[in-house]
Amino acid sequence: MIEIFGVPLPSLMGQLTLGLVNGSFYAVLSLGLAVIFGMLHIINFCHGACYMLGALFTWMAMEYFGLGYWWALLLVPLSVAAIGIVLERLLLQRLYKLDYLYALLLTFGIALMIEGGFRYLFGATGKPYSIPDELTGALDLGFMFLPKYRAWVIGASLTVCLFTWYMIEKTRLGAYLRAATENPKLTQAFGINVPVMVMLTYGFGVGLAGLAGVLAAPTTQVSPLMGSNMIILVFAVVVIGGMGSILGSVITGLGLGVVEGLTKVFYPEASAVIVFVIMAIVLWLRPAGLFGKGA
Amino acid sequence: MQSTEYLRVSSLHAFYGESHVLHGMDFTVRRGECVSLLGRNGAGRTTTLRAIMGLTGKRTGSIMINGREAVNLAPHKIAQLGVGYCPEERGIYSSLTCEENLMLPPKVGSGGMSVEELYEMFPNLKERRHSQGTKMSGGEQQMLAMARILRTGARLLLLDEISEGLAPVIVQKLAEIIQTLKQRGYTIVLVEQNFRFAAPLADRMFIVEHGQVVAEIAQHELQEKQAFLQETLGV
Amino acid sequence: MNPQRLPYGYLAAVALLLVAPTLVYPVLLMKIMCFAVFACAFNLLLGYTGLLSFGHAAFLGSAAYLTGHALKVWELPTLAGLVIGTLGAGALGWVVGTLAIRRQGIYFAMSTLALAQLMFFIFLQSEFTGGEDGLQSVPRGSLFGISLSSDTTLYYLVLAVSVSAFWLIHRSIHSPFGQILKAIRENEARAISLGYDVNKYKLLAFVLSAAVSGLAGALKTLVFTFATLSDAHWHTSGEVVLMTLLGGVGTVFGPVVGAAVIVTLQNELADKVGSMVTVIMGFIFAACVMAFRRGLVGEIIALYKRMIGEKVQ
Repeated sequence: MIEIFGVPLPSLMGQLTLGLVNGSFYAVLSLGLAVIFGMLHIINFCHGACYMLGALFTWMAMEYFGLGYWWALLLVPLSVAAIGIVLERLLLQRLYKLDYLYALLLTFGIALMIEGGFRYLFGATGKPYSIPDELTGALDLGFMFLPKYRAWVIGASLTVCLFTWYMIEKTRLGAYLRAATENPKLTQAFGINVPVMVMLTYGFGVGLAGLAGVLAAPTTQVSPLMGSNMIILVFAVVVIGGMGSILGSVITGLGLGVVEGLTKVFYPEASAVIVFVIMAIVLWLRPAGLFGKGA
Repeated sequence: MQSTEYLRVSSLHAFYGESHVLHGMDFTVRRGECVSLLGRNGAGRTTTLRAIMGLTGKRTGSIMINGREAVNLAPHKIAQLGVGYCPEERGIYSSLTCEENLMLPPKVGSGGMSVEELYEMFPNLKERRHSQGTKMSGGEQQMLAMARILRTGARLLLLDEISEGLAPVIVQKLAEIIQTLKQRGYTIVLVEQNFRFAAPLADRMFIVEHGQVVAEIAQHELQEKQAFLQETLGV
Repeated sequence: MNPQRLPYGYLAAVALLLVAPTLVYPVLLMKIMCFAVFACAFNLLLGYTGLLSFGHAAFLGSAAYLTGHALKVWELPTLAGLVIGTLGAGALGWVVGTLAIRRQGIYFAMSTLALAQLMFFIFLQSEFTGGEDGLQSVPRGSLFGISLSSDTTLYYLVLAVSVSAFWLIHRSIHSPFGQILKAIRENEARAISLGYDVNKYKLLAFVLSAAVSGLAGALKTLVFTFATLSDAHWHTSGEVVLMTLLGGVGTVFGPVVGAAVIVTLQNELADKVGSMVTVIMGFIFAACVMAFRRGLVGEIIALYKRMIGEKVQ
């Protein structure tokens, strides 16, 4: 059997693809944070809670309505986005003129309410969700077996990121979005309904988090607590990569997932902290972040 | 007269936060007319345009645009009444290319100029169309800021200090463009520091001081009111 | 409150605190005081320097473990344990602060949260913290030959230390150092242009805040005779933000009031509603942000100013 640094190749590749799966979640979540930050200039602390809602709604759709994975993939991100839009209209929009920290604290409070509420309803134990039939099994790549579901998560996440990039950089709607990010007042004075764009942007951002939750449901135990650990990790990803560039978010997310996966192989004790350690090093050596445009 | 009135601003007060900037502006602009707001820095001319667009803080009074009350509308609704705004700082987006800047403002009326027509009018923009917005020269940026509101079908143009900081040859070119626009029946409000630029273009001039219109001068009165202008504007 | 009458107010408060353990369960009072010190230390950063740290649990938790370890394993005297905890948290504050103040605004908050999570995982995996079990049965020891095993005796020690910590923070705020911090909060660019080494002052405030937070954690270990992971958990970082926000950011007494309300509330609710406590905390958070951003004390001050006809911004 081929070994690399004393680790059998299949197990190395296994951790590598698992790392890419986690990296895909980091990428989609940090992308959503970056899109929201660009337009609303707030840090969405309830992003993790929205990710958790995505996974939990997927489980609930199966448990209570018998709706399978593919229906959940369509409906759950939309419902999370709808919740986000309601939050934006009712609460967030009243804070745009204030210091950024109020929106951070509000979304933190909302995250606590969502997490606590679902913990009250469902308890803290994880709920299993099985991989849809179409995606069970593995592909034989010769040097390794690649589980189909992992391939699907990585592929779907990258497609979503690419789609988002295309939308923002290459379409007319994206031009509106970039214009409104740069100079919201003037953009509105050209006849573009900026407040509605802000609302939809927030909905889209948290919808992405919900989508990541759907993708994550079969890979992990679905639990009300899965969001808060994730959001802190994604914050570290965002500090490392900066929020100025879409491709930067995606590359940083995937890269850190891979590094985390490799750490699990070579030095498992450090796998929980490696992303934070990298963040500390980046803060030390390159305070603006890898893709940052200044602090 | 009433039927041809396109913009009527009456007893308009505007605030930025706590500070009260406009103290009862009153003026009207007829359809197809070009008027100029003249005055010293800080007199409230730029604020007047911003208040018409709904970009200041609180506003009171009345702004009638083509028969519609606009004082309580959101900026995008005001634009959709057929108003094109060219801000003092030009407002070219750095994250958009020249062409994206040009194509950005949505249609707010029928009969806007086509892109081909605009490229004919501003040939530089065609050459630079793939450049990043803020990498263009000041003159090109000003042309772009003008061109992009001509494409939308807006019939009322609010132009803030368009000649500021530009080379004489470009200012001359802008004057020719304004003449063309007048011939095409646009209604234009020019906010100008540069009296020599505004004087030959404007049908009437309003002198603004302390957030109010203090005098109105028609084109044919320019000679006889020379002394007054000298005193109030220093020209 | 009239400035001349202020010392009487303080005296009355101290007198009340001296007799309080006869009226209220002393452990609850001590817990409130620990969190009041913690929240005051946090407020030094948020209220007077404008820095939102979302990782202050790391300092509370690290000091709780250090003090516990010093008393239980090294068997050091109580006072030495408190000092070790405080200094240890201060040192950690220096490391975290040095890294985090390299980024501003929103990134600062995220960096502190992530660095605190790093500490959490280190505590989770370390031997000396006892991992998931925590450090149990830490001896309280004695002070000047008086055993601290009685809650009432310990109460007076905790009271003395808390009042000293409060006084220290109060003095720092009103010192020239505190004035510079406020200048940084109001307008960082102007403070830089006036020639102040802004990052040095921010770091100093951060270290001071971390050390006093550590003191709170050290006291907490004495009170409960154990130190657990929950002290270092991000929930605790959130709680101290909430206490300060609820009481009034940038007010002297706000954090004390906020700590008292939140600790009492948690104490009353914990057994009755289970994880709904988190929902209630979240709701208070949202309500503070949406409806009364000045906090309880801030609103009272504003009301008082309105009553005497002073203009409130």
